[in-house]
Amino acid sequence: MQAGKKFLIGAALIVGSVGFLITEGVKETGVYFLTPTELAAKTTADPSFYDVGFKVGGKVVPGSIRRDAAARQVDFRVTDGARTYPVTYRGLVPDTFTDENEIEVIVEGRLDRSGVIQATDVLAKCGSRYEAVPQA
Amino acid sequence: MTLLGQFALWTALLLGVTVGALGLSGAWRGRPDLTAVVTRAPAAILLACAVAALALWRGIIGHDFNIEYVAAYTSRNLPTGFLVSALWAGQKGSLLFWAVVLSLFGALAQWLTSRRYADLLPYVAGVTSIAVAFFVCVMLFAANPFDRLAFTPADGRGLNPQLQNIGMIVHPPMLYLGYISITVPFAFAIAALLSGRLDTGWIHAIRKWTLVSWLFLSIGITLGMWWAYVELGWGGYWAWDPVENASLLPWLTMTAFLHSVMIQEKRGMLKRWNLMLIVGTFLLSIFGTFITRSGVIASVHSFTQSNVGWFFLGFLIVSAVLSYTLLYTRWPKLEADTRLESVLSREAAFLFNNLLLVGIAFSVLWGTLFPILSEAVKGTKITVGPPFFNRVNVPLGLLLLGLTGVGPLIAWRHASSANLKRQFVAPTAVGLLVLAACLATGMRDLYAVVALTFGGFTAGTIVQEFWRGVRARMRMHDEAAPLALARLMGRNRRRYGGYVVHVGILIYCVAFAGMAFHRTEEATLKPGEAIEVRSPFGHTYTLTHVGLSQYDELNRTVTAATMAVAVDGRPAGMLTSEKRQHFVQPGDVSTRRPTFEPSTEVGIRSSLREDLYLVFAGAVDDTETAVYRVNVNPLVWWVWAGGVVLVLGGLITMWPGGGALVTAPRRVPVAARVEPAPQLVGAEGAP
Repeated sequence: MQAGKKFLIGAALIVGSVGFLITEGVKETGVYFLTPTELAAKTTADPSFYDVGFKVGGKVVPGSIRRDAAARQVDFRVTDGARTYPVTYRGLVPDTFTDENEIEVIVEGRLDRSGVIQATDVLAKCGSRYEAVPQA
Repeated sequence: MTLLGQFALWTALLLGVTVGALGLSGAWRGRPDLTAVVTRAPAAILLACAVAALALWRGIIGHDFNIEYVAAYTSRNLPTGFLVSALWAGQKGSLLFWAVVLSLFGALAQWLTSRRYADLLPYVAGVTSIAVAFFVCVMLFAANPFDRLAFTPADGRGLNPQLQNIGMIVHPPMLYLGYISITVPFAFAIAALLSGRLDTGWIHAIRKWTLVSWLFLSIGITLGMWWAYVELGWGGYWAWDPVENASLLPWLTMTAFLHSVMIQEKRGMLKRWNLMLIVGTFLLSIFGTFITRSGVIASVHSFTQSNVGWFFLGFLIVSAVLSYTLLYTRWPKLEADTRLESVLSREAAFLFNNLLLVGIAFSVLWGTLFPILSEAVKGTKITVGPPFFNRVNVPLGLLLLGLTGVGPLIAWRHASSANLKRQFVAPTAVGLLVLAACLATGMRDLYAVVALTFGGFTAGTIVQEFWRGVRARMRMHDEAAPLALARLMGRNRRRYGGYVVHVGILIYCVAFAGMAFHRTEEATLKPGEAIEVRSPFGHTYTLTHVGLSQYDELNRTVTAATMAVAVDGRPAGMLTSEKRQHFVQPGDVSTRRPTFEPSTEVGIRSSLREDLYLVFAGAVDDTETAVYRVNVNPLVWWVWAGGVVLVLGGLITMWPGGGALVTAPRRVPVAARVEPAPQLVGAEGAP
């Protein structure tokens, strides 16, 4: 067999495995990224969605944060303006997580049957991350 | 000052556009006067950009809070070092910084390039000048750092505390230097295409440039990891965040280029591929800038959303279309001189290496863009995170690690079975020994075992290469081993510098593998209470909460939480983590007001085996009860060590003089050398 052909087989193997790893990776680890409104629509259309993990992106309702420092638990509400969901999270939240000015959060977790998002991770993306706090 | 800055920017823009038009159109051909203008103009553009930067710095240092940028990113109580770094702390200033560095590289490309490539230089000037003009254009029309406010605040808002870190003074400039210097190799590639001079000349002209940008990018990425690790406080150094991925993408394609370019030099193959890689690297650097600055992809650390991103998207598309069209028109001229002779050859090994690197780059790009792609195709946004990137890239990275060991061993053109036997026996034996040791110690994690086995094999390769070279010199020149080693490296800088880089990569791989075994504990503790954390190395840390203290420091109020550390019961010192609340204070204490959210200063106790990483998450209701997170992070020290080795290797590779790996024998008559060319006495696998 010619060198070129042999090489092409090797190349095809590499390209194939890259493709395979990517497709499998997306299938196994891909997570829905939803707004609260989309989350509401999903759960109405498909009740089994309660057990599926997802990420939801929205804003923290100002003043909704209840911290229990001793238990390292945080409860708050996340909203996109139209729909609002309560969230409960056990763990440490980042420094940028405050409800003083409407910060954006990404909450990873699942929705329990009572309609509360049980979060496994909370990321706070302060709109002013590298900028100063806008003055009121 | 702002007026001077504005004026300088407009000058740079006009010069850039003019030189770009002249240089790229080829109007200078046959006109020595125009050629001189075009090749000297980058110095003038540099001057204009430097004046603009100095003007902004003057405003920052002089606390001219009427300038919006100065008011937004600095304050009176900001230490001087951070005043200087405030130039690149925000969107607008960093664009200016970018333009300065880019124009510097544009000018350096003219000054440092050998006259042998004189007919490429006006084209190069055209490309770099257009690129500077683009950045200046973005500033003037979308993000002007010299904008003034309608009023003058008493004090600025201060610099984000997370940027008040030494890493943040050095990390962005390094990353920028890497990102920006990619423009020079790209400019040479375009120059070669435009001039039709498509021999290996342009490859020689950019060899060092590519290494320079690769090196800066490597340093920048490593410093970025360090900054994330000590400053962001989540406990790791790499999170596959879009912004991190953006810096990794050009690094991957550039690494591929640095390997495949050797095949072009040596065998005249892969001309098209190399051009595609270098153009692709440049486009990826612009793409990275686009996603960092546009906010199209949700990232934890991105600049504020702004329309600046769309300028970059436009620039990206235009550059891509023009470059690849140009490449297409020159396609027939880029026929390979030779063909692949055997799949058991260094060419083939390098090709596989290239495919893997580009494959990794593709998967990272795909994962980063997946939310956008899935929304466009299926209508729902699906994100992938670290599990995806690890799943895909760990196996590919391991294959690559294995190939790192194969490449230097296998002969060019066609490896004979004698070559294979002579070269592979020892490294393979080392790999197998490591494998046996792993299994004997009860390690069962598949990836970790494979990583260490391949790592052993690759380490064996490198040691064998050095050993054979040193031994040959010792025999032929009667030199002592250290001298032989020094001379061997000094005379084959590209080759042995490259091996040192491989050692750095190897150290990285082992360190990354170690991080898979990290441990995390969280606890709420009253003074005197303790938490235990088991290290993956078997010992146990006991951390006892000592207490909290509060005091003012410079521009912040600090709450420090201290823990007493014991290892297996033996006291091992104290570890402190802080919460800091920054403030600005234009007058006396009554004018003090807090800026930004509180920030965490982690406590790290570093050793060769592992880091103990302490985060004070806050006090409970103003009592002395503290909430802590403790991480045990294995082998983190080795990430920084790997970075240092990698940089050393890179420096050896590009150190001036010493002769090039491939071309030296051709250029320098062998008879003129006092000693025989060391390549001739090296291992059989040497070129």
